[in-house]
Amino acid sequence: MAVREAEPVGSLQEAQDAGLDRGGLLGIYRNMLIARAIEERGHALYKQGKIVGSFYTGRGNEAAAVGVATAMGRDDVGTPLQRDMGVHVTRGIEPWRIFAQYLGRVDGPTRGRDGNMHLGDEQVGLHTMVSHLPAMLPVAVGMALAFRIREERRVAVAWCGEGAAARGDAHEGMNLAGVRRLPVVFVINNNQWAYSTPTYLGYAVERLAERAAAYGFDGVVVDGTDVLAVHREARLAIEKARGGGGPTLIESVTLRMEGHAVHDDASYVPREMFEAWAQRDPLHRFQHWLREHASLTEADEDAIAAGVAALLEEALTRAEASPLPDPATLLDGVFALEAADQP
Amino acid sequence: MAEKTYLQAITDGLRQEMRRDERVFVLGEDVGVFGGAFKVTDGLQEEFGSWRVIDMPISETAIVGGATGAALMGLRPVAELQFSDFVSCAWDHLVTVAAKQHYRAGTAVPIVVRLPSGGGFSGGPFHSQNPESLCAHIPGLKVVCPATPADAKGLLASAIADPNPVLFFEHKYLYRRVRGDVPDERYLTPFGKARIHRSGDEITVVTWGAMVYTAEAAADTVAKEGISVEILDLRTLIPWDRETVLESARRTSKVLVLHEDTRTGGFGAEIAATVAEEAFEHLDGPVQRIAAPDTPVPYSPQLEHAFIPQLDDVVAGLRALAAY
Repeated sequence: MAVREAEPVGSLQEAQDAGLDRGGLLGIYRNMLIARAIEERGHALYKQGKIVGSFYTGRGNEAAAVGVATAMGRDDVGTPLQRDMGVHVTRGIEPWRIFAQYLGRVDGPTRGRDGNMHLGDEQVGLHTMVSHLPAMLPVAVGMALAFRIREERRVAVAWCGEGAAARGDAHEGMNLAGVRRLPVVFVINNNQWAYSTPTYLGYAVERLAERAAAYGFDGVVVDGTDVLAVHREARLAIEKARGGGGPTLIESVTLRMEGHAVHDDASYVPREMFEAWAQRDPLHRFQHWLREHASLTEADEDAIAAGVAALLEEALTRAEASPLPDPATLLDGVFALEAADQP
Repeated sequence: MAEKTYLQAITDGLRQEMRRDERVFVLGEDVGVFGGAFKVTDGLQEEFGSWRVIDMPISETAIVGGATGAALMGLRPVAELQFSDFVSCAWDHLVTVAAKQHYRAGTAVPIVVRLPSGGGFSGGPFHSQNPESLCAHIPGLKVVCPATPADAKGLLASAIADPNPVLFFEHKYLYRRVRGDVPDERYLTPFGKARIHRSGDEITVVTWGAMVYTAEAAADTVAKEGISVEILDLRTLIPWDRETVLESARRTSKVLVLHEDTRTGGFGAEIAATVAEEAFEHLDGPVQRIAAPDTPVPYSPQLEHAFIPQLDDVVAGLRALAAY
């Protein structure tokens, strides 16, 4: 079964047609840099023993994450996963709070109650993932159901990996969304490895986006290293959903450029595969595109990089100043206590 | 005030909540056009429309996960799982997402999951279970088990008003067999407050759901022998009314815990342990448990009768305890 394969974005005009001016384009570039830099810094902190537990990165997925998040509207919501740092950054979760989360401090979005990438902030429409992937997918469908019930022009974005797409949650969520034509966009980050499991041991179709047809909506495959192509496809899908056109399944293809978590050397991934995909590094691709199409200069690049470095330096200092949780608060928050607001 | 069945009290209570709060909506299998497998939601879709009484695919994961998402967006979903046995299909969403959401992320998940439960009519292994203790073990979930029509309505209103995930166990055996006066106006029956079903001073029976009536029949029987039994209907397991149970235990000095769920790891074990810890010096006999044996619920009436605690079992337990 054929699904649409998204074309790359070639010209500045195309980007502008998708609602991105030069400032917007540079903002995307900056968010991608921040996402990668947060994770690089976090990885260093992990090696220093300052971050406990485990540590996950989304290297190679920056374009996919930032591209989708940039296409979301202010009142839209989503349930990003552990490779989607760029979503948190783009939606406005401040880096110092992300570091505070890494460090288990009270100013992290989960106040030390959950770790690593399990973060969100309902103020920016992001709801915290759980490890049981893709359990948040049907939850996002429920958010879209609420929008449909209240007839709001809002959209939910549900993320899933190609590995977790095998689970029943994905099926039930997508099926319900198709039956009710709910305003939800499914993004499958296909990074080709589910921990050590390659795609051919995870699914038998050529393209996961083909599954959309079985649920009665459209599927599209996009190069997840091309931030502008991701943005254009996400925007199309989100606006279609907003207009009552129902769900879309976007399969965003990348390579997970590091291990499942940082303890994993990913020795099961063929070296040639890493080498080939390293040539398609999403940051470098977009940097070259900006140089060619949006007159990005070395001075621009240096200024952006310096700004990001300063931001993260300040963020880490602020996060490290955040208190550790008081064990006396251990029992707090198991139940919500506030009396239900009454109509 | 009107006399209603347990089932009618739930239906009327749900309708009352939906009339007063447009955020309340119902989702589940066959709940709309058909009115629910037990007709609890009968007539609601006619009144509120197909986007407030939503017929769902056979997808317990999407029902509970979807309810969670809708609740995070400010709605007040009341999900129906056709039988409480099917809670296993939605388990991940209750345990992994809904129960932990507020502790982790600080966002409340005000969902109610209605769970028709219990045996007594040859429903077999998959339509008869009482999985309340499984749920009670999960921090973050509240567990409600009404025994009377009035409580069914009042506890449902409290469940909908509660900002947390609430599992609402409706005992199927009671749906049409139990009648009682139910106030017409809206009222909230508080969680964590046991109901004294019968006052007595020699033995305390702690129970809930349909077993309240088995306990009552047993208490009537042993009353003729001069044994005075107090019956506490817990109403809610999470939270449960430790104070009332311990006060009664200290006063009567003997405690029997009775439940239809299986014995090992059943919620009765928690009650027995708490009484032993907190009221040991007041006890004149061992805390007794009467519960179903550790088997699946069998189909054949002879087997199911042997499985579910019966009047004779409770009478024997009360006599044995009285003899201490």
